[in-house]
Amino acid sequence: MRFTKDHEWVELSGDIATIGISAYAANALGDVVFVETPEIGKAVKAGDGFAVVESVKAASDVYAPVSGEVVEANGALSDTPEMVNQDPEKDAWFAKVRVSDPAEVEALMDRDAYEAFLATL
Amino acid sequence: MQSVGRPTQPQAVSATPDTLTGARGLLQDEVLIFELGGWDKTGVDLAEPELDASDLGDLVRVEPIGLPGLSEPETLRHYVRLSQKNHAIDLALYPLGSCTMKHNPRLNEKMARLAGFADIHPLQPQSTVQGAIELMDELSHWLKTLTGMPAVALSPKAGAHGELCGLLAIRAAHVARGDARKRVLVPTSAHGTNPATAAFVGYLVEEIAQTDDGRVDLGDLEAKLGPDVAAIMVTNPNTCGLFERDVIEIARLTHSAGAYFYCDGANFNAIVGRVRPADLGVDAMHINLHKTFSTPHGGGGPGAGPVVLSEALAPYAPAPWIVHGEDGYSLDEAPAGAFGRMCAFHGQMGMFVRALAYMKSHGTDGLRQVAEDAVLNANYIKARLSPVMSAAFTGPCMHEALFTDAWLEGTGVTTLDFAKAMIDEGFHPMTMYFPLVVHGAMLIEPTETESRNELDRFCDAVLKLASAARSGDADRFKGAPFHAPLRRLDETRAARKPVLKCPPPG
Amino acid sequence: MRYLPLTTADRTDMLAVIGAASVDDLFVDVPAAARRTGLVSLPAHEGELEVERDMMALAAKNRAAGAGPFFCGAGAYRHHVPASVDHIIQRSEFLTSYTPYQPEIAQGTLQYLFEFQTQVAALTGMEVANASMYDGSTAAAEAVMMATRVTRRSKAVLSGGVHPHYAGTIDTMASVAGVEVVAQDPAVDNEAGVIAAIDADTACVVVQTPNVFGTATDVTAIAAAAQAAGALLIVVVTETVSLGLLKSPGAMGADIVVAEGQSIGNGLNFGGPYVGLFATREKYMRQMPGRLCGETVDAEGRRGFVLTLSTREQHIRRDKATSNICTNSGLCALAFTIHMSLLGEKGLRQLAALNHSKARQLAAALGAVPGVEILTPRFFNEFAIRLPVAAAPVVEALAGQGVIAGVPFSRLAGGMDNVLLVAATETTTTSDIETFARMLNGVLA
Repeated sequence: MRFTKDHEWVELSGDIATIGISAYAANALGDVVFVETPEIGKAVKAGDGFAVVESVKAASDVYAPVSGEVVEANGALSDTPEMVNQDPEKDAWFAKVRVSDPAEVEALMDRDAYEAFLATL
Repeated sequence: MQSVGRPTQPQAVSATPDTLTGARGLLQDEVLIFELGGWDKTGVDLAEPELDASDLGDLVRVEPIGLPGLSEPETLRHYVRLSQKNHAIDLALYPLGSCTMKHNPRLNEKMARLAGFADIHPLQPQSTVQGAIELMDELSHWLKTLTGMPAVALSPKAGAHGELCGLLAIRAAHVARGDARKRVLVPTSAHGTNPATAAFVGYLVEEIAQTDDGRVDLGDLEAKLGPDVAAIMVTNPNTCGLFERDVIEIARLTHSAGAYFYCDGANFNAIVGRVRPADLGVDAMHINLHKTFSTPHGGGGPGAGPVVLSEALAPYAPAPWIVHGEDGYSLDEAPAGAFGRMCAFHGQMGMFVRALAYMKSHGTDGLRQVAEDAVLNANYIKARLSPVMSAAFTGPCMHEALFTDAWLEGTGVTTLDFAKAMIDEGFHPMTMYFPLVVHGAMLIEPTETESRNELDRFCDAVLKLASAARSGDADRFKGAPFHAPLRRLDETRAARKPVLKCPPPG
Repeated sequence: MRYLPLTTADRTDMLAVIGAASVDDLFVDVPAAARRTGLVSLPAHEGELEVERDMMALAAKNRAAGAGPFFCGAGAYRHHVPASVDHIIQRSEFLTSYTPYQPEIAQGTLQYLFEFQTQVAALTGMEVANASMYDGSTAAAEAVMMATRVTRRSKAVLSGGVHPHYAGTIDTMASVAGVEVVAQDPAVDNEAGVIAAIDADTACVVVQTPNVFGTATDVTAIAAAAQAAGALLIVVVTETVSLGLLKSPGAMGADIVVAEGQSIGNGLNFGGPYVGLFATREKYMRQMPGRLCGETVDAEGRRGFVLTLSTREQHIRRDKATSNICTNSGLCALAFTIHMSLLGEKGLRQLAALNHSKARQLAAALGAVPGVEILTPRFFNEFAIRLPVAAAPVVEALAGQGVIAGVPFSRLAGGMDNVLLVAATETTTTSDIETFARMLNGVLA
């Protein structure tokens, strides 16, 4: 699993990247009340806002950590947004993207680097 | 000896039992009108129509609408019961910083209800509304004189609408000289409507840093100004309750970059009669009539947000314009140069009447006293609370005193807990967590209409709560309020599964 | 000064507590160049009596609608408001409270907003409504902005029946948001004309019923055409009482309904304050501008209400907010809700039927005046007539004789100089109608 400085995580399996937000981000947002996932088929570029997550006190864009095409979105989040707080780094994934350049994933932080980064915040 | 009759001394009781109905003494439990059932009831008596609607054929609404009715006595009961669940200025000091919750004179209400103001149509012949247009002109004269500005647009319906009006005038002025610009600079301490408005008008919003003493960082401003900056939006006095000492230099730098100075006038109450925004180099400023000139907040509107404009921006003011000619007053609905219109008619006339009655009541002498007393009251609160609570900045404040939550460290009590405990003591909480630039902000604005007694009552209550917090009595705070109509509400539940209306009957 | 409680002694004592020598010391941060030492050149303070005298003198220069025959509509309507409405809205707890950000001590405001939202949804035939907007015209402009967010398209088509001042308000907002507005020429009965203008870039079509000429239209086919092209149908209603007699916009397929709510509970007030109604489908709820009140429970499980979905608003989203609007029209919404509670469905239907009947009587009387042509084919309580001469001078002449005859279309837009918009409500008497017809006949003769 790799992480971005905007607190998204990516898990690559073949050319499919599963994307979500980190436990740190979920905790910072507080009770998540709404998630807007991207449309299937949408082409995304690394760094683009491609989903939205809202808590009672904050609304944040979720940025695509990698470029590619959205192949699946986690529909369960629209009915049970609280999953983002309960299991942010597994079941509460936001979307799956067929990556155009797997090297983009490699360039992101691994868990140790991300934790070191969190310690600086 | 007479020994019958009612006992006149209360009996000792151990605990407070819950009531059986949900009421709490005088405070009634009240359901929604949709649960009271009046599906075939009405509280009005109307004449029978002479002609039917047969001419409308299948345009006629046949299905039930779903609107219950109540008789007049039931209506009074329902809404009076609801009213008793609200806090109000008329009940106690309402220290919401940046909101200016001052006394609402009832003369203003009476004047706004004169048939000559309340019962006139915006489009009836102008010869029959000369007094109304004259009143708008007189209000304009007061606003222009108090600000030193040459023009005013009356039609914006609230502060944020005024911001939109001001930025549209700025945009029009740039476009007119073939110099459309891209960026608007906004300090980090600004109210959220400032960046929202600038973004809405299509500008990129860039933040200006703040200095350690709560003011605009001139160096950062200078670095960010450039040929593509359309305007800066600065609140003065700012949202930290401080006067921008360098405001004249801010204006000079802004103008030399070819940009305009939009001043958010939300806090004009602190300086009215003592400082004219024109003397500070302001190009546009909205005035919240519901703050400085005391038109009622009404539970969240209606407000009114006239915008004063400099010579450079006046030609682009929105329709309608007041014209005072030989034949009297008129309204020009399509003046050349106007950037458009803000709303269907001429603005919030009902608020204009109230604001003018307020201004005439105070006069030039009273308005200056308003600013002085507002600032004096805020500094008095700051002086009384500072020994215990941590003031965000040193030196005198303007109309509101800002504290951080540093003094609560280690108590287990947060700003929110402290505010909720104030409810139990009979006061509305202060503004919390705004401005965003200080930690756990508590912003207290008493206004000039508080007496010394009420200020002391408020300070005594806050100081007692402060010692309770510091002495480890966290329970008093964590669950507060205990004595309000309701305990803390579950906002997460409301947002996750929004229920925005009562379900239909049956 | 009667509104300022501090005495001179209080001020002296308080300065001592602060440690300041004079109040000027508190204004030290004001640059010397901007400090005004003397008084601004305006009149000195006045007592209640004097202020009342001044204001009454200004009010006396206006001719109140209730002073005689009166037939103006075109976006603002004179209705009878029950006395209890104004009494309740002047209660301190409603009049002098702030936006209900502290729900524990604002349930009064929050509950009536929830009732208001429910009433507005029912009235418009829509699934959800917000807690009100500034007025109908600004609500219409916000609806167009919302449609561009929902569809991610940037063109709005306006029918020729949309009130010209509403079109102007939409135009102003659209111009800055990069939205192209295609406004059709004023037309008495051609709401469906928008259909031909719909294309793949169209975010929304905006129609009005009854329109500015009073024409009521079944917009079902327009809704179908818009939706088939991926656009939204926005229906504007300027006379809310019409919804007690006419099919609801929701039933005809509207995606967004905006209305001016002034007719219920609120006076004419020379154009403001009024109350904008805004309703839409549930699926667009999060794209809706303005405040929303929602149901929840408190810590003891009791039902209560809170402002909700506020992350859409500018306090949190700042430059990404759905709208820059910060306030609603709370007290006007309260007046609306109280009046609607007094009416109920039964009273609203009676009121609407009575308005329609009065307008039919007026049309019969004016249609009998030689040279007058009734232009509006199907109307609720207002309609357009064509005079043989320009309408504005006729209206001035009749005003001189004590009759406020209506709104010349030329007051709203260029062209159609001979067209006069006239309205009748439950406040119109048979005698008013007879007087108007007789005097119009005299002026035209």
